Amino acid sequence: MKKILASVIVAAILISMAFSLSGCGEEQVVLNVFNWGEYIDESLLDEFEKQTGIKINYKTYDTNETMLAKLEAGGSSYDVVFPSDYAVSEMIRKDMLLPLDFENIPNYKYVDERLKNLEYDPENKYSVPYFWGTIGILYNKNMVDDPVDTWDILWNPKYAGQILMKKDVRDAMGASLKRLGYSMNSTNDEELKQAQQALLEQKKIVTGYYGDEIKDMIANGDAAMGLTYSGDFMELYWDESADFSHIGFGIPKEGTNLWFDCMVIPKSCKHKKEAEMFINFMLDPEISYQNSIAVGYTSPNVEALNRIRQEMPEVFELPAFWPDDSILENSDVYVDLGDYKSVYNQLWTEVLVD
Amino acid sequence: MKKAVVRIYMGLIFLFLYAPIITLIAFSFNKSKSRGQWGGFTLDWYAELFKDRLITEALYYTILIAVLATLISTIVGTISAIGIHYMRGFSKNLVLNINNLPVLNPDIVTGVALMTLFISAGMKLGFVTMLIAHVLFCIPYVILAVLPKLRQLNRHIAEAAMDLGATPGYALRKVILPEIRPGIVSGALMAFTLSIDDFVISFFTAGNEVSNLSILIYSMAKRGVKPSINALSTLMFVTVVILLLIINKKSEKGEELLL
Repeated sequence: MKKILASVIVAAILISMAFSLSGCGEEQVVLNVFNWGEYIDESLLDEFEKQTGIKINYKTYDTNETMLAKLEAGGSSYDVVFPSDYAVSEMIRKDMLLPLDFENIPNYKYVDERLKNLEYDPENKYSVPYFWGTIGILYNKNMVDDPVDTWDILWNPKYAGQILMKKDVRDAMGASLKRLGYSMNSTNDEELKQAQQALLEQKKIVTGYYGDEIKDMIANGDAAMGLTYSGDFMELYWDESADFSHIGFGIPKEGTNLWFDCMVIPKSCKHKKEAEMFINFMLDPEISYQNSIAVGYTSPNVEALNRIRQEMPEVFELPAFWPDDSILENSDVYVDLGDYKSVYNQLWTEVLVD
Repeated sequence: MKKAVVRIYMGLIFLFLYAPIITLIAFSFNKSKSRGQWGGFTLDWYAELFKDRLITEALYYTILIAVLATLISTIVGTISAIGIHYMRGFSKNLVLNINNLPVLNPDIVTGVALMTLFISAGMKLGFVTMLIAHVLFCIPYVILAVLPKLRQLNRHIAEAAMDLGATPGYALRKVILPEIRPGIVSGALMAFTLSIDDFVISFFTAGNEVSNLSILIYSMAKRGVKPSINALSTLMFVTVVILLLIINKKSEKGEELLL
């Protein structure tokens, strides 16, 4: 018994020594990168380390709110994080970001001009887009015979009991607002009241409110249609091992939400230059192409997109990967609502508990 | 008739307990990433598991922290339990209740409190803070596991040993510890599983340096949990089953338990 105990202790001490030794030695730059889970081609991290000799400490989070909470708590530093549009504007408002030095990010020139200077970062001082997409309606072609090109279909009593709604205040309220012809960022009490009424009306025919399960439920035929991100459709589309040709994705012609996940440098950053190197690396056409193929989401990089268009023109027929220009014009990017957020939350909670 | 009912009931209970794990094991061989579709048999996820730098890193820290936290909390907890056992009256009650508090306290409170403490003490959140946190929430469970064994212990055995010339230290090692060993082992096992399991406290105390499996899996919520995680869970489940079988076999033979 003593022998076992002793050997366990010795092993533990050796392991922890090996651990602490690897920590010291020559001062090597370690870049702390904080991204969504499963949102990068991990081989690119090795590639970056090999090219630059900078080590990457890569950690992941599940929501913008979690990420914000960790950053605001302090106690540790991050060099590059990947907030979504509205989180970028919130971080700008709270003075949590460092302005980027675009001299160090020459590859920024490859970013689609239409995706620069958007509402969440009007002068494009703090952020660079990483992936972008829309929200829309994922549907089962065998169960839906009307064209899926309007928000009204989510209110169509013909599909009562087969409609799934996203359990997210901005997405659900946004869809309802857009259907009535209002902005998804509306701060008009009257418009919001109408949008809430419509959601209460819709609740009678909705099966339920869900998160990322919606994709699987529709693929399995448990429901006919549901509100999802374009990326959810792309994930089914790229899955080669199962047949998802019966699944479609439609973007309502009234317009929708355009979302962006961006790269930013928070104030706690210790290695700004290296962080900018990393952002530049991710914007490289070749790297961006590889990442877009691996993750399956639409890159903001024109060169990368051109290459995908040459190799896989059929992907550009999919509204989930490449929405029409007309849709882009009608659509809104979420902006941080500040204190008005509580009005949305209040109305949405009333819908859920009704 | 009665026997049949009992059997069916037992079967249903076991089905209920193990159906999720069986599903998980089955889906670790699924070619498709989808949670509802069967895309054919594959071992790819197992191969990918060991290539995935995030998963292997998280696994390494999960196990390292669990082993160290178990070791430290078992030693500290056992010594404290012996101390508490020999206390008397009011002070004993007081210490016991203080010990019970962290057990009853919600994890989220412990987690946020520890984070606040570490940050205000100027400590950098990382491996060390996470280890301290794990040791901290494991100790009360070890004490609670060891105390009942001490209560069963005959007070006079240690005294008899010392009457016969044993030093207190010798009596502790040769008389008391062997008697309470089952309590120590169950306390250590408890600490180990709690440490591997923990998400909330780790999340708040880990900082940017380390991440354990539960933090990593939780962060996959946006894009759905990767099937490699099913493969990893399957491997961990199989390891635990094999360990249990070995331990049972050994104790049947009357050999010493681990530790």
